Amino acid sequence: MLSLIVFLPLAAAVALAAAPRLSDTVARWTWVAVAALDLGLIAVLWARYHTPPPGELAFAERATWIPGVNSSYHIGVDGFSLPLVAMTAVIYLACAVYALRERHRPRAHAALFLFLQSVSLGLFVAADLILFFVFFDLSIVGMYFVIAGWGHGNRAHSALKFFLYTFLGSLALLVGFIGLYVAATPHTFDMPQLTATPPLQGRPLAGGLVLAAILLGLAVKTPAVPFHTWLPPAHTDAPAVGSAVLAGVLLKMGTYGFVRIAMPMLPQAWRAWAWAVIAVGVVSVIYGALVALAQSNVKRMIAYTSVNHMGYIVLAVGVAGLVAADTAQARGVAVAGAVTQMVSHGLITGALFLLAGVLRDRAGTYDVHDFGGLASPAPAFAALFAVGAFASLGLPAFSGFVAEFQIFTGSIAAAPVTAVAVLGILITAALFLRALQQVFTGDTAGASIGFTDLRAGELWSIGPLLLLSVLIGVLPRPLLDVIEPAAHAVVGLLRR
Amino acid sequence: MSQFAQAALWSLVALPAAAGALLATIRRAERVAAPVSLTVAAASVVASAVVAVARPSVAVPFMAAVDFALTVDGLAALLALMLTVVTLLVLAAAAGEIRRSRARFHGLMLLFAASAALTVTAATLPTLLFAWEIMGAASYALIGFGWRDADRVSAGLTAFVTTRAADLGLYVAAGAALAGGAGLALADLPHSSPGWRHVIAAGILVAALGKAAQLPFSFWLSRAMAGPSPVSALLHSAAMVAMGGYLLLRVQPLLVATGWAAPLAMWAGALTALLLGTVAVAQRDIKQLLAASTCAQLGFVVMAAGTGAVAGGAAQLIAHAATKALLFLAAGAWLTALGTTRLADLHGVVGRWRLVGWSAAAGALALAGIPPLSLWATKDAVLARVLEQSPWLYAVGLAASALSAAYAGKLLVVIWRPLPPSGRRNVDAHRDHPGAGQVRFLQQAPLVVLAVGAAYAGLLALPPAGAMVARAVGQPGMFHATPVELAVSGALALAVVLLVARRPPPEPKWALRWLGLEAAAQTLVVRPTLRCAQALARFDDQVLDRGIELAAARSLRLAQHAGRTDDRGLDAAVDRVAAAARRLGRLARRPQTGQLHQYYLQAIVVFVVAVVVLIVWG
Repeated sequence: MLSLIVFLPLAAAVALAAAPRLSDTVARWTWVAVAALDLGLIAVLWARYHTPPPGELAFAERATWIPGVNSSYHIGVDGFSLPLVAMTAVIYLACAVYALRERHRPRAHAALFLFLQSVSLGLFVAADLILFFVFFDLSIVGMYFVIAGWGHGNRAHSALKFFLYTFLGSLALLVGFIGLYVAATPHTFDMPQLTATPPLQGRPLAGGLVLAAILLGLAVKTPAVPFHTWLPPAHTDAPAVGSAVLAGVLLKMGTYGFVRIAMPMLPQAWRAWAWAVIAVGVVSVIYGALVALAQSNVKRMIAYTSVNHMGYIVLAVGVAGLVAADTAQARGVAVAGAVTQMVSHGLITGALFLLAGVLRDRAGTYDVHDFGGLASPAPAFAALFAVGAFASLGLPAFSGFVAEFQIFTGSIAAAPVTAVAVLGILITAALFLRALQQVFTGDTAGASIGFTDLRAGELWSIGPLLLLSVLIGVLPRPLLDVIEPAAHAVVGLLRR
Repeated sequence: MSQFAQAALWSLVALPAAAGALLATIRRAERVAAPVSLTVAAASVVASAVVAVARPSVAVPFMAAVDFALTVDGLAALLALMLTVVTLLVLAAAAGEIRRSRARFHGLMLLFAASAALTVTAATLPTLLFAWEIMGAASYALIGFGWRDADRVSAGLTAFVTTRAADLGLYVAAGAALAGGAGLALADLPHSSPGWRHVIAAGILVAALGKAAQLPFSFWLSRAMAGPSPVSALLHSAAMVAMGGYLLLRVQPLLVATGWAAPLAMWAGALTALLLGTVAVAQRDIKQLLAASTCAQLGFVVMAAGTGAVAGGAAQLIAHAATKALLFLAAGAWLTALGTTRLADLHGVVGRWRLVGWSAAAGALALAGIPPLSLWATKDAVLARVLEQSPWLYAVGLAASALSAAYAGKLLVVIWRPLPPSGRRNVDAHRDHPGAGQVRFLQQAPLVVLAVGAAYAGLLALPPAGAMVARAVGQPGMFHATPVELAVSGALALAVVLLVARRPPPEPKWALRWLGLEAAAQTLVVRPTLRCAQALARFDDQVLDRGIELAAARSLRLAQHAGRTDDRGLDAAVDRVAAAARRLGRLARRPQTGQLHQYYLQAIVVFVVAVVVLIVWG
């Protein structure tokens, strides 16, 4: 079942690539159909999901792959991966619907995104480090082609920068994985095994070095300050759907690595370096928000708010390492908040990037100063953008509030000094409202004149993302019931 | 019954929320907007009456092991009733006043009403924060209702960002409550561990002062007057601002438990009542005057929370809500009729629209604290308790009451006295404005109801109802009627109003500009933050990003250098070795002539050389 979910899009991608006679319309709708089918399968998976016993995965599948290094095709889901798998499928479906109007080589476009979907799903269900790494790198390759092939502006440079930077990060990650392999007895790349008997316990130097390599790799992908500078150009020059996938799904690969690999496999080193992680998180929160405040390019602004939002996650997972008996509950809350934030940010920022794509599609610019009074010609667009902005600034009744409330309360309870991070939501509020005011209100002027309002495809791709965010914000229990056991389990693992 | 009451409690929040969301999002709802919203508001009144009697509690699991919980106690029952009734009246008045984008207006107002109802009934911190911030967002959207005017949206931004800055206190308080060990239920907060209790109290205090537009946050309320008058009537007098005071009344035991928070709240309220009272006296615009007076009147509620007079504070909230909603609606009616909110242009309006005028006059008299109207009694219920604790603070409070008599008197004089000839031209300029000169029936009827409330709500603070209210809010036996003080403050109010009628009060510049609070916030917070953001953005582009690009460029140059070394060094050396080998080969071919005598000669030469070598080394 799980393998089917992962490889169905890949099979469709191969079929699309191998059928050159296929008309563009069929290619576009094939993508939508496959993405919808995959999402349906995941819904079935979710309905049948029960929290697996500690140390195990639900729907696990295992087959020999590279027996020489004890690496196997091992996949499965738990409370961390299932929500991300579902979120990934939702984002790709939204992108498929949005891309129904794609005119530039739609067949290759659809095939590439279907390939990326398989890669993304594969990463979140991987239970083997080599498998994880393969998907991690393939995602970089796929996104390179998306930006270079369908981007705009200085796309060659941005794509290359994105590729080299994140690829370099992935090499650090590989070094870390090899370190784990070498230190484990018996040598293995199997994640549950490495989690059950963490290597490098009692070896602070080696543990620290391996953690440093893994953290570097994940921090580049997340991205955390100061490894974030590939993100703004990549987003600015990527097509709208590329940005949505990049921000919505690919960034989560970094943060997912924290809770899946770094924390449970290197608990001692994580505890030792918890304050460093917290510092990076807090700096990312404040720095990302402030730099976003200074941007006038909508896409760059949203890209920097992603740095800010990822900072909350880094902060929360860092706090989880401050082990003390009386804060276990609080730290569990923080980690649950971090995973909620991964889902929430995917939905909200995915929607915002798709909305930003509408700006470029109609007016060819992202600069807020080129617009004014846009709410008059494009009321639906204005309403959706305003909703997205309020969701992103963490307004209650949206998923961002559920995530950030948990992160803040958990973090503050475990480490009061992290209260400075709450300033982040104030700055993001100011920057989004400023952008709203500049673009949408006042007299209709500049690029706003003659702006066509949202089309059906755009409405039906962006609307559901925001609706899901509202649903999670108002009724968070179905999601939190899945996340919370895993979050408290990982906090327990950190005590070792 | 209990299930019915619980359903009523849920519907108190869910019904306006759902209706509001639908109205705000569905297009072509213009026609049905007003009837739908009035129906929902009326149903909410019924629901609030049901819950006020049955006092139900409901809870569902939410997050961080805390419930999304609603409960109705005596205080919440009183406030919920007040809230729903004022909402209904304001919406009825707005149905006459708001002619464009009705669906959006009523949708947002209902969303706001839902969040306010949730605030009143919230039993846990996450629930409270949930409602609290949605109120702020609804306020943003309603202040910026006329979004074609960038200035109005900017006013909404100021209001939202300022109140959210204060709201951060609630986030910190929630974290502290989680650490404090007693849980996140509002009622349990006083039992948190002592260290964390201070943090919780500080966070809640900041959030409440921000929402109640107390010092130093007051300036956002001045900007908020850019919104339509019905918005001001509901949000900026009866509901949202009032929720700041309400929250402090609700957590009054927590304030007391910390030792310092209660006195701090008392002084914050007293200073706001005094200084913003002065600001109100100096205003030349009716909405600005009313806004400043809202801050000042809420100051008495905050004082009540600090001093422990929960019943008096609740009565003051209710009386103020009726009075101020009335006055804002009257201001709105005059604005549609005359196109102005300048006090100078409102001379003698009582004579032109009698029903509105007399209602407003009753409201202004109540605001002045003239006996036997409402605010006279409620304010005194608070001040009587203050006197028991600190005579100095009582003096400040009394001065603040005198100021409220002054600004209400100023308003009263303006609307009562006919227009001086110099101002007539301004008003005439608005005569051609569509709808000018009319005040619709729907705008008038709610004013009368509110005027009755403004007149009689004071009964809540007088025997025998006062004792009942005290019992309802959980402070039985805390009610004392104090005839002497009542007489003193009544006489004072009367004297000040008469004085103002004879001589117009001074309008100092600093008070007219709201103490320069907004300018100070701009200079001290906003501009430095923006500059810092610009500097960091430059740093990001020119240092961090440039550094990465430089590193990449260096790597490229290093690679080119290595390539050159490869070409010119290694490869050239290999080429040279090959050339030398070729030359050697050519040399080696030379002796191969094929002629026998030359081979003999070569053999002899080799033999001689060998002999010589052997002799020399031998």
